[in-house]
Amino acid sequence: MIPAAARHAATRPVIETAGLNLWYGDFQALKNVNASFSENMITAIIGPSGCGKSTMLRTFNRMNDLVEGVRTSGQIMIDGVNIIEPDADLLDLRKKIGMVFQRPNPFPLSVSENILFGLKIHGMVSERNELDAIVEKSLKAVLLWDDLKDKLRRSALSLSLEQKQKLCIARLIAVKPEVLLMDEPCSTLDPQATARIEELMRELKRDYTIIIVTHNMQQAARVSDEAGFMLLGEMIEFGSTAQVFTAPKDKRTEDYITGRYG
Amino acid sequence: MQRHFDDQLKDLHQEILKMGVMTQEAIFRSIEALKNRDKSQAEEVIANDKKIDLIENAIDEQCIDLIARNQPMAGDLRFIATALKINADLERIADLAVDICQRVVELVEKPLLKPLIDIPKLSAIAQKMVKDSIDAFVSRDSGLAKKVMLADPEADQLRDKVQSELINDYMAKDPSTVDRAVALLLIARYLERICDHATNIAEDVVYMVEGKIVKHHEENLE
Repeated sequence: MIPAAARHAATRPVIETAGLNLWYGDFQALKNVNASFSENMITAIIGPSGCGKSTMLRTFNRMNDLVEGVRTSGQIMIDGVNIIEPDADLLDLRKKIGMVFQRPNPFPLSVSENILFGLKIHGMVSERNELDAIVEKSLKAVLLWDDLKDKLRRSALSLSLEQKQKLCIARLIAVKPEVLLMDEPCSTLDPQATARIEELMRELKRDYTIIIVTHNMQQAARVSDEAGFMLLGEMIEFGSTAQVFTAPKDKRTEDYITGRYG
Repeated sequence: MQRHFDDQLKDLHQEILKMGVMTQEAIFRSIEALKNRDKSQAEEVIANDKKIDLIENAIDEQCIDLIARNQPMAGDLRFIATALKINADLERIADLAVDICQRVVELVEKPLLKPLIDIPKLSAIAQKMVKDSIDAFVSRDSGLAKKVMLADPEADQLRDKVQSELINDYMAKDPSTVDRAVALLLIARYLERICDHATNIAEDVVYMVEGKIVKHHEENLE
């Protein structure tokens, strides 16, 4: 009998880190992180505040470059390229690796313009009717089309929080990324909206690789295929979600997920 | 909203159903082996038990995984808790079918002690109770589950009848019959135990459907 924990088949790694370190000035936020993120899977990163999980997520599309005094070493391999190298093509990287944030942050533009924004930035603008098709396809992918098909010219700021967050996901999808990074994507949503975003994530993983950082352990358990537990900048444990949540190997993981720590 | 969790619960339901079908087949074939003095049929049932054990393990894991990852509540929680318990009962029932077959393997080496009359009657009750208890689970029918529970005393009475007949009419009169009579007596006991497990399943189904504990609380059985 193969235990459930080992039963799910690993897929091709889309992002692989090796000996990844990151410092904010003198403070080391990531310590020798080795992790692998599988294609068409949802991987959840859990851990207490300040453990480095958001920092790690942000290294995958070089968002930390914006922070002063950041230094990074090691490897983050994406499609055969170590993207922490200074000559990495950031525009291409950010097209490939999209990010959804805690607070939905649509642009103060119409629904359509939000979706097409990325295409314009990336010089992917095409014929008018093609643009309409992209708007429709992207909204359908996030299950918003039926709600918004008659409101495409309306300001995105008029939408509900849940709709805004879905729109932000649609905006990424329009530029055909490989990976969706989600940093606490449901923390401003109520439980029903959260459940709908989770169902959406399960739909999206057929076409994309998803990495989610969350404080909500129950959400990580429900939605992910693989899970990593971080503490003080280290990746303490990484495995199938079934294994991590039913039989963690490290005592610190057990203490955290059972609420004895943190 | 259709939840991903609902699909997972459906899978669990299917697995229990599969376990139920295999268990019922094990009882049926063990009784056939007994009636027909069919050693190879008995040995097949014994060999097949390994498969049932593996499904039991897989269902256990499936239940633990569902609880750990979905924090089930109310009816969902009762369903998974019930599945976990029914799983254990079904596996024990299959083991008892194996026990019957082991006695059959011994019995076929010796001359027939007596034509079987009450043991087939008892086995018919056992098979019906198991079938009804699984059906009650599948269709979430607590009425049917309660009928299963009411059938159990009849099985106890038949077992007692078989027992006293074997002791008084055979063992006490002719010591050379003891080994065969004991084998038959054990078979009657196994069948009665199967009925007890079916009763457990039925009690758990009532809990699953109604949220009421009827085990050791006969007064709740209305």
